Amino acid sequence: MYAGMLLLIVVMVLPFAWMLSSSLKSQEYILQTPPELFPNPVTLESYTGLAERIDLGRTFFNSMFVAVVGTIGQIIVAAMAAFAFARMQWRGRNTVFLLYLVTMMIPSVVLVIPQFILVRSLGWINSYMALIVPPLFSAFGTFLLRQSFLGLPKDFEEAAFVDGANYFTIFWRIILPLSQPALATLAVFSFMGLWNAYLWPLFVARRDVVMTLPVALATLQASPRALTEWNMVMAGAVVTVLPILLIYMFAQRWFISGIISGGIKG
Amino acid sequence: MPGLKGWQKWKWVIFFLAPSLVGLLVFIVYPIISSFWLAFQEWNLLTPPEFVGLANFQELLNDQDFWRALGYTLNFIVLYVPAVFILGLFLALFLNQKLRGMVVVRTATFLPVVASWVVVSLIWKWIFNPSFGLVNYGLEVIGIDGPAWLFEPQTALIAMVITSVWKDVGYIALLYIGGLQSISETFYEAARIDGANRWRQLRHITLPLLTPTMFFVAITLLINYFQIFDQVWLMPMRDSAADRQLEVIVTEVVKNAFSYNRMGYASAMSWVLFVLIFIITFVQLRLQNRWVYYEVE
Repeated sequence: MYAGMLLLIVVMVLPFAWMLSSSLKSQEYILQTPPELFPNPVTLESYTGLAERIDLGRTFFNSMFVAVVGTIGQIIVAAMAAFAFARMQWRGRNTVFLLYLVTMMIPSVVLVIPQFILVRSLGWINSYMALIVPPLFSAFGTFLLRQSFLGLPKDFEEAAFVDGANYFTIFWRIILPLSQPALATLAVFSFMGLWNAYLWPLFVARRDVVMTLPVALATLQASPRALTEWNMVMAGAVVTVLPILLIYMFAQRWFISGIISGGIKG
Repeated sequence: MPGLKGWQKWKWVIFFLAPSLVGLLVFIVYPIISSFWLAFQEWNLLTPPEFVGLANFQELLNDQDFWRALGYTLNFIVLYVPAVFILGLFLALFLNQKLRGMVVVRTATFLPVVASWVVVSLIWKWIFNPSFGLVNYGLEVIGIDGPAWLFEPQTALIAMVITSVWKDVGYIALLYIGGLQSISETFYEAARIDGANRWRQLRHITLPLLTPTMFFVAITLLINYFQIFDQVWLMPMRDSAADRQLEVIVTEVVKNAFSYNRMGYASAMSWVLFVLIFIITFVQLRLQNRWVYYEVE
């Protein structure tokens, strides 16, 4: 049983260890056989080489900025809508919610082309707007938070109304604080989605000023020189994956609930 | 609900709903409708769009590249889905045991799920490198001359399937674990009293009660993998036979839209993919009562 556990850890961690180890090797050393897991000597030359090829600070900032702003925006938009759907009574509510559900069934590939055309006509190509705004409105966040808001008891709310509170106070002081697990789940899910996104940024953010890490990394490896510069490509992979792995280590619980509720990508 | 009536209440509804609803209409609903419209146009982004009726769909029927892409997509699914479906189940049964240190194993298992497809694709591209990669080195040690992996379409497909199973198996296991933990302990207690061994418990309690989760997993896998893109876009070696020939439906859509500027044709292709996914999901829903077991409350 413990052999199985050990084997599983090796299979899951070895490729990451190999990435790290390769990134710490020099140019000649990386193409040497037999390959060695523990580089000797350790060198950071691939990282300095990487910094010469792509503007690492800028790209890292772009990824972080898009993921943080996009996540906050997504939570605000989704939480407000979820409140209207879960905690307010109004005519047409179910019909409008049905519209949200229908949009969730459309695969993302159907959306890519018309969203690209729309963003292009708005003049947003190669801007943060293109990266941040369209993903804000995925119905998934509203759907997730609505489920959680529906489960809260009505008592607090009624008491608050008697005390003369308005809807915003109830939303801000009662519903949001009571829904922290669902908000954390959505935050992690949407941060992960934005940080890891590739297909959409690939077509709307190709200039260096707005390029995010996954696109920069993919572009780097596609250059003919990169065929032999695997230490540099792996250094890029380390920089791209490290933040998300660190957050995962500290917020594992929310990652797991986010991954489970994420279900279908689109 | 107590509180406000009439216009006062509607003001609040609009306040909360407007940001989301307006955004949804502009950035999701409008694009869906315009994509449907585009499927019947010929448009290169430069000259005005031209209505061509069903011409895009007719062209699709005779497009060798499209059929080849559909073929590779199905080929991938046939290899990948059963593998990850079964391995994910075994992994879930394994991880669900209460053993010391299992938390660490679980953490390790979900690492690839959290990493991006770009990172995972590139790590494995390096591992599958025919001359300097770990896989062929391992094969050489046991006396096998490894193939050229990401240079040839067939071996590239296998390399991508292995990569995808490695990335997704933790996610699938996680879905199964959710299902396993919802099975009531009383069933197992009753079975133990009746003297059922571990195997019979698995066969007659765990598996039947897990079929709703299996059904969800099967639907999720098929919906996601008809849309496979990142691995196929990134992994084949530049200018190799695999790079030229190995296409799936989404890479074909992307190429038509962004390399050839054929927005109408690419949109038509994306709708065909949607219809395919829809039909497959519908068929699965119809077939579910043949094998999915729902507990009667």
